[in-house]
Order: sequence, then structure tokens, then C-alpha cells
Amino acid sequence: MNPEPRMVEVRRNVLKQNDVVARALRNRFHTAGVFVVSLVSSPGSGKTTFLEKILTQLRCRYRVAALVGDLATENDAARLARSQAPVRQIITGTLCHLEAAMVQNALDEAEWNLSALDFLFIENVGNLVCPSSYDLGEDLRVVLLSVTEGEDKPLKYPTIFNSSDLAILTKGDLTAAVEFDTGSALRNIQAVRPGMQVFQLSAKTGQGMEELLGFLQQRLVNFRTAAAV
Amino acid sequence: MHELSIAMSIVDLAQEEAEQRGVQVNAVHLKLGVLSGVVKEALLSSYEMACGDTPLRGSRLIIEEVPAVVFCPNCKAQRPLHSVQFFGCAECGTPASEIIQGKELEVVALEIQ
Repeated sequence: MNPEPRMVEVRRNVLKQNDVVARALRNRFHTAGVFVVSLVSSPGSGKTTFLEKILTQLRCRYRVAALVGDLATENDAARLARSQAPVRQIITGTLCHLEAAMVQNALDEAEWNLSALDFLFIENVGNLVCPSSYDLGEDLRVVLLSVTEGEDKPLKYPTIFNSSDLAILTKGDLTAAVEFDTGSALRNIQAVRPGMQVFQLSAKTGQGMEELLGFLQQRLVNFRTAAAV
Repeated sequence: MHELSIAMSIVDLAQEEAEQRGVQVNAVHLKLGVLSGVVKEALLSSYEMACGDTPLRGSRLIIEEVPAVVFCPNCKAQRPLHSVQFFGCAECGTPASEIIQGKELEVVALEIQ
């Protein structure tokens, strides 16, 4: 007869290691006074184009830098270098998401002076599933959804929308061409993340970029004010 | 598919606890919230692979799924989540964004010998 199984209580968070590193990163960012924005989306939603444009526009008035995650290539960093902002690629190999330790390593290798930055962007690997579980120490997680993807993406990937702070509908210039139902997309976003703020823009034409820039500038002011208290 | 790397973290964690106690692990009990972003089936199938040739080889992963609970601003109480596609109170249907429970990814106990 088998004896009763002996149980020992453990109670340990599996992602504790990541959370510990993320917390340390967040403290480091706050001490340096840099506002950190991460971008998540499916592949091909226009993260890199958006980032190139936003870096170029912010660079006129702010000190900006970006870390970009990619499975295998350095193409994104090369594209983003056109913005003339400091950019560093994180090649994740087979890993489908960024983890806090990878951000930490990339920052250590880049040897950027974080105190000399206003905004740091972190572009995650194109994936709407895995990045949702990993805190990167960011202040704002932005999920991008392009109009070419379909209105029901939020319902299919609710967790990534729910774990994000802000949504951006990208490729707005194609809305009519692909018969994208913006109202339905907005309703779906609100269904999975009630109260979520949404920006609609086209990085290509520049339409809607002003509003987002204004929002980011205001968030930086609030962030600095809160830090000064 | 990040379940394999999660499974490997679970194996590492369980092995560390077992070594500290000088015991052999028969099963790992895990609490998995429905909002954790981790798929139960994928995690179960990754677990055996993650055990590989470690001392946990042959052990089982026992998953207890934790339902999502939100704070309903209308009921002013904790309520079950309607669904992940409709993030609101299951009882009155009011949208609710404050998550009380459902993001767990936690090793709670080890069955040992």
C-alpha cells in the first residue's frame, strides 16, 4: 500500500526572478528620471515605422533612445538609426518575448547615461501572447493594432490588451481601403479593457501623431512631478 | 509559445526547494490564473520536456486553475469575471477593470518522498 503523499508548502511565484529584475529596472528608471514606454503588437502591425516616426519627432525637443527586440535580425535597429536616436537591438534568438534581464543586459552593454534621457522606448518581439506575462519595468505599455489586422483582434488576444495601458490603432490611412470598422474595434478594446485610452493614427501620413506626442509629453511632465514630490 | 521557458522555471524552482530539503519530488502543485497569459495544456506538455534528465524526471505537474475575480464598481464588491472577452461583472454586467485574482503563476506545494 502506498503511503499518503507527503506535501510541503512552497508558495513561490514562478516569474519572481523576472519581477525582481523588473522592479530594480523601474527603480533605476525612476531615479534617472527617464519615462519608459514599451510597445507590443503582432508582427507587421507597424511598430518599427511608428517608432521611427515618434523618435524622429520627439528628438526635436527631447532626449530619446530605443531598445528593439527581434528574433534574428538587426534590420529594425538599422531602420531606426535613421531617426538618429541611439538604438540598440536585442536579438532574442528563439525566444518569443523580451524578459527584464534582457533589457537590463542591453542597457549595461549600451552604457547609456539614463539620466541624460527623457524617453526610452522598448519594442518587444512581434507577438500578442507571450509578452503579456513579463514586466519589463516600463511605465507605459502600449499595444498597437493595425487596421489591416481586423477588428476582432482584441477579443482573440484579450490578455495582452488587458495588460497594456494604452492602445494605438495604426495604419489609419488604410482604414477605408481595408473596410476597417473602427467603431467595432473600439468597442472590442473597451470590452477586454474597460476605460482604455485609444489613439488612432497613421505613422506614414502623420495623421494623429500630434495628439499622441501631446499625450506623451504630458505623461513625462506628470512623471517628473510625481518623482519630485 | 513561452510555456517551455515557464516550465523550465518551474522545474528549476522545484528542484531548488527539493535540494534544500534533501527530498525527491513526485509532483509539483501549481496555481495558474486564467489571466496569467499561460496556457494550461501547453504548459503540461512542456513540463515533461522541461524535466528532461533532471532529478524531476517522471514527476507530475498538477495544475489548479484560478478563476478571475474583479472588483465591480456597481456592486461595490468582488465578483467573478464575466469573461476575458467581456471584462466586467458576471452578475450585473458592469465593466470592471480592477483585477483581484486570476494572474497567479505560483508553485504552491511539492509532493515528495
